[in-house]
Order: sequence, then C-alpha cells, then structure tokens
Amino acid sequence: MDKKGFSQHISRQYNEDLEQIITRVMTMGGLVEQQLESAMDALVNGDQAKGEEVITSDYRINAMEVELDDACTNVLARRQPAASDLRLIVAVIKAITDLERIGDEAERVGRMALHLLEEDRRRSPMAEIAALGNQVKGMVHGALDAFARMDAEQAVRVAQEDIKADAQYDAIIRHLVKYLEDNPKSVPPVLDIVWATRSLERIGDRSRNICEYVIYFVKGKDVRHTSFEQMAEEATGDRR
Amino acid sequence: MSARDLNLWYGDTQALYDINLDMYNREVTALIGPSGCGKSTFLRCLNRMNDLIPQVRMKGQVSLEGEDIYDSSVDVVQLRTFVGMVFQKPNPFPKSIYENIAYAPRLHGTGTSRSELDDLVESSLKRAGLWNEVADRLDTAGTELSGGQQQRLCIARAIAVNPEVILMDEPASALDPLATATVEELIHELKDNYTIVIVTHNLQQAARVAGYTAFFHMGKVIEFNDTDTLFTNPAEQRTEDYITGRFG
Repeated sequence: MDKKGFSQHISRQYNEDLEQIITRVMTMGGLVEQQLESAMDALVNGDQAKGEEVITSDYRINAMEVELDDACTNVLARRQPAASDLRLIVAVIKAITDLERIGDEAERVGRMALHLLEEDRRRSPMAEIAALGNQVKGMVHGALDAFARMDAEQAVRVAQEDIKADAQYDAIIRHLVKYLEDNPKSVPPVLDIVWATRSLERIGDRSRNICEYVIYFVKGKDVRHTSFEQMAEEATGDRR
Repeated sequence: MSARDLNLWYGDTQALYDINLDMYNREVTALIGPSGCGKSTFLRCLNRMNDLIPQVRMKGQVSLEGEDIYDSSVDVVQLRTFVGMVFQKPNPFPKSIYENIAYAPRLHGTGTSRSELDDLVESSLKRAGLWNEVADRLDTAGTELSGGQQQRLCIARAIAVNPEVILMDEPASALDPLATATVEELIHELKDNYTIVIVTHNLQQAARVAGYTAFFHMGKVIEFNDTDTLFTNPAEQRTEDYITGRFG
C-alpha cells in the first residue's frame, strides 16, 4: 500500500466511505483506550467511580463494532474493493473484533476491581500489575497508531512488546500461586486478581493481532502464526 | 499458447510493446486494462485477425503448442479452427440454429454425413449449455434467440470445429446479469477442455472466471499473475491504481 491514502479514487464518494471507516476505527480505538485507562485506575487505585464507569460504558464500543461491520459490509457490496482497499476492509473487520474484545477485557478488569474494593490491596503485587497494565496500554496505543499511520515496521515493534507482557504476566501469576500456597484461605479475592491479570495479558495478545492486520493491510502478507523474525522480515521487505 | 517479444504497429503508431505472455493450457486467462491499452489488439494477434487490417505490422512470435502461427506455411483458415473467437456482440449467421453450428464443420469437411452433423450440432449445443433451450426448434433463425442465447450459440459454433483455444472479446458486456452469469458458468465448464483467453472491462468478471490475469497498460503487459494475487496484492502500483479505481 502506498501512502497516498484513500483520497485518490476516481469516485469521491468511495474516498469518503473509506476515510470515514478509518476515522471510526480510530474513534473506537480511543474509546477502548479510555476504558482500559479507567479499568486500571479502578484496579490499582481502588477508584470505584471509574470501575462503574467502565462497566456502564462498554455498550458504546459494542455499538461502534456493529456500525463499522455494517459500513464494511456496504463497501463490500457496493464497491467490490480490490487490492489495498480490499485488504483495508478485511483488516478493519478483523481489527474491530479484537478492539471490541479488548473493551470486554477492560470491563472485566473493572468488575474485578469492584470486587476487590473491600480487600486489603497490600497483599497483591499491585505495582507489578500496574506495570503490566501500562505495558498493554502502550501496546493498544501503539497498534492503533501503526494502523493510523499504515506503518508495518511500527506494527512489528509493537507486536514484539507482547513478549514483555507475557513475561510480566508469568511473574505475577507465579507470585500469586506462591501467595495462595501460603494463605489458602484467601482464594476468592486472589482469584479475582488472577482474572484481572489474565485479562490484561489477553489485551496484549489482541493488540498483537491488530498489529498483524496492519502488516497484512500494508504489505499484503498474512503473518499470523509466524515467528517475530518472519513477521519482521515480511514487514520490512518489499511488497511480494 | 504463448507470445514472445510481440510488437505491433498500426501504421507509425506502436500499439503493442514487447509482449511476453503465456496462456496456460486448460486455464482461463483474462486480459484487463483501460480502453486503448492494447488488450483487444493482442487478442486478435492470437488468431491472426489483425492480418485483415491494412497497415498493421507485427514483430515477434505467437506459438500454439510450439508451432509459430505466423509461419508462412500456416493456413490461416485452418488456424482459426484451432483458435476460435467469440465477439462482444453476438453475431450468429442469419441462418437456422442448426446451420449456425453445422456450417463450419461442413466447410472444413469435419462433418459430412447428416447423422454426423446432427451429432455434432447436439454435442456442441450441449457443451454450450443451450441444447435444452433449443432442441425442439433447431430450424429457427439464430438471430431470434435472446442475447444471452445468441452468445452461447456463438460459443457452440466456435466449439463445433473442436478448437484448442477460444478467444473471447468482452463476451458478456452486452448481456444482462443473468445471461452474464450463464456465460460465465459456461466459461468455467469449458475450461476443462479448452484454453480460454478473455478480454474484459469488467474487473469482477475477470476475478470470477479467470485463473490468471494480465494487466495491460499503454501497449505493455504491466503485470501477469494468478488472479487471486493480482486482485488482492498486486506487485505494481499501476495495477493497484487501476483495479482500485484510483487516478493512475
């Protein structure tokens, strides 16, 4: 895909359709980032209002997913897109599924945070969980940025950040398992922390998926289920 | 069938530049490109239709199963039985359906007796998917059929002389969507027995029917690839611009 963007079609209406879809994906991405931010505030700082806000706002993300699916279906039916236009539509349809799921995971983190309000937070590795939260927030932001810029190389860099997120997740879980072994009576609250941590780790995975769609869109290469080395090779090489 | 270093001029104007293209056996190859890009000119080179146009000069080679079709020993009439052609506007002879099919085999002596010709008419119409619609009225004039039926009659007529290759120049552009779908389905079936080269302005049609697609622009082949790749991830920016409807 060259970076001429979507203003070069002979049909101005087509340009507008595609530009609007991209704008709406970015808006949806912004909402998702906001949800994740609020969920982390609720989890790490015990901010009840933020936790409740996350739970009541998820419907907006769901509605945007439905709207965008509809817009993409219309472009497929009316324009029969080809080449980069087709790849854009396919990438959007897939990316918004992951964005919506990131929204769901954020909502779950918010719910767990509300469960934990009454608990003694000092016994959980909150600093490490906050660090994992920051890591995956950065990944969501980076993936959206790579999408907006149509930057395959940035997409690879962001996807590789998932290695760090996975390591952080493993460390937190090890810590929690050890804690449970020593304090078998506190299973329920610790499980809530496990679920929230798991959700954060999944957000990293889904951000990586979005990066893979960016590479598909820009380079026409399907890099799902490949190694980071292969991904980097495809993203930096010439198209085909 | 293949073209090697093919150049063609109309008078002083060069219309084709160094075309190298392989049209694989028993496959459908689509030629796409903007008006005036040379795709129809190229198609006509494949059965020497350009011979009929004065001032046309050609350099290079077109071969069918290894034989140069422009060799001086080649009988052009015979060549066109090997390489048949279907045009944009259905052009049945102003004769009966039966005679439309039987005419060429009788001329070429490939069908002589009445029963041989009957069999040939039936099998050709069957292959063209028209038999069930016309079996009981073979003596009706071909021109009385609907547009889509006329086009399939022309395809049946091309098949009747048992060609290797069928060339199609916008075969469905004068047909409604249903007749188009029938012709496209027919192309899909014919591919098992014939090599098909089709010129089309309808990109979706190329995407639907062809296994391979060549993009022509200003007399050159810009890109040739399997159709899936060409339509999802073309290598050339000019191909991308054309198939996505961008300003080139």
